[in-house]
Amino acid sequence: MTLAWLLRRFFTVLYTLLVVSVLVFGLTQILPADAAVTLLGENATPAALAAVRERLGLGDPAWLQYWHWLSALLQGDFGTSMRTSQPVGPAMFTALGRSLLLGGASLVVMLVIAVPLGMWAALRRGKAADLMSSLVSYLGVSFPEFVTATLLLIVVADYFQLLPATGYVPPGEDLADSIRHLILPVVTVSLIMVAHVSRMVRSETIDVLNSDYIRAARLKGLPPRTVLLRHVLRNALLPTVTIVALDVGYLLGGIIVVEEIFAIPGIGRALIVAITSRDLPSIQAGAVIMAATYAVANTLADIAYVLIDRRIRYD
Amino acid sequence: MTDALHRLLRTPQGVLGLGLLAVLVLACLLGRSLAPYSPEAMDFAGRFAPPGARHWFGADQLGRDVLSRLLVGASSTIPLAVAATFSGALVGACVGTLSAYLGGRWDEAITRTIDAVMAIPHLLLALILVSTLGKGSTNAALAIAISVAPSMARVTRSVALSVRQQDYVKAAIARGEGAGWIVLREMLPNVAAPLIIEATIRVAFAVMLFATLSFLGLGAQPPASEWGLMISEARRFMHQAPWILVAPALAIATTAICFNLLGDGLRDALNPRDER
Repeated sequence: MTLAWLLRRFFTVLYTLLVVSVLVFGLTQILPADAAVTLLGENATPAALAAVRERLGLGDPAWLQYWHWLSALLQGDFGTSMRTSQPVGPAMFTALGRSLLLGGASLVVMLVIAVPLGMWAALRRGKAADLMSSLVSYLGVSFPEFVTATLLLIVVADYFQLLPATGYVPPGEDLADSIRHLILPVVTVSLIMVAHVSRMVRSETIDVLNSDYIRAARLKGLPPRTVLLRHVLRNALLPTVTIVALDVGYLLGGIIVVEEIFAIPGIGRALIVAITSRDLPSIQAGAVIMAATYAVANTLADIAYVLIDRRIRYD
Repeated sequence: MTDALHRLLRTPQGVLGLGLLAVLVLACLLGRSLAPYSPEAMDFAGRFAPPGARHWFGADQLGRDVLSRLLVGASSTIPLAVAATFSGALVGACVGTLSAYLGGRWDEAITRTIDAVMAIPHLLLALILVSTLGKGSTNAALAIAISVAPSMARVTRSVALSVRQQDYVKAAIARGEGAGWIVLREMLPNVAAPLIIEATIRVAFAVMLFATLSFLGLGAQPPASEWGLMISEARRFMHQAPWILVAPALAIATTAICFNLLGDGLRDALNPRDER
């Protein structure tokens, strides 16, 4: 990993954020015929509309509006919420923290389930266990998060009353209760990813098992356990890192829905509230922050990939 | 084409997927006449009727027959998702092929921009679009089409790069054909097969995305019997009558499974290298 490569990667992230900011701003403020009407609705009084136009600078040319917005954003000013009249930035970043907790926990749970499941299916290829795992993955990718979440609510929270149905408890307040509240959301978000990643691990493991170096390791007389953990696992995990990075996109989408259903005050829920109350600055801030999170996560995955795989040398 | 169908029918996924597809197409075309009741017929005495001989899948909070609503709802869920996916795929395919044809700096710029757009998760992009365009089925479908396009452009580009090197494309360039002709008439038809596979799998995503938007109140509007909307309305009554919710949930999952199976089957059928 050279400095030049890191720099190029850094500029790619910058370009991504630039395109995202243009898209988000253009779609929310420039594209609508009159953003003031979008904000206040069809029945707003002319005076109120004029006031909003003045405040958002809607009379200015599009590029100037964008420039004002972007330069404020770069100074950490995400604008003022139209709904609460509070600064948008701090509220969004607090919400992002809760979402990252949910997302991070889901990623860990997903890896803990998906990797052994995929390897197990590969080792028992064509047997009942393999069929079971492909069934799980077909079901996993075919249930949208809102369906899984609602079904889990009915069965686990409502019928058996094993876990609380909705709500969020900060981990600092009561750790056990916090975890109990997180279980159902985490299961929902990780299910689709378990399906993707276990399939990926399965096919990679099958490829690795058929390779010459595994045959060599076996012929050398290494115990099967060592071969599996030291050689197969490591090589099968490499391509998995890439698919996990791509899956962060699904993760973010899933988080939006899951937060809404389980009433978790994260960034996804904040975004939905912003959209339903037409709170333009909050929509823009939420969208940019989420996309930025995704871009950064992807870059970190790229770097992790290079660190794990010594064979890859980007120049 | 018939050859591909034959091969599709030789894979287990293909058979199962085509079977489910036949059921879904039937529901979309004949749903209204197959439905035992009118989807909007209310029956207050029969509210929350559990599944039974009268109502196979039960009745909802207004006494409407769930099976009838599902059957009629099929035509307001599936065709829109399919149309959105394939129109988005077509736009993406044109951009991807053009990018591969142009090559060099243009290709680099287009690819980087596509990657940047893909940094916005599908659901988020669709949400932003719907918040601008206004809620409703048509706008939701448009938003889905737009959010499908970038990833399809990327898939297409990678295939089109190898097509670009083929002799018939070089011949067309040597003949002095215009860029539009080469992209649309020479290259695009030759990237169609992998594109169709990819698009078929995306239909499963589109169905789920569309249902999700309706669930969030931004897609189909009441009293439509779109499946995501049915689930959203049924949530309040899930304690008394879980079947109102489970039936559309299974319908969505079945549709997604159908297109996932078809996509996998097509991949095996159209990919001669992969015969195992």
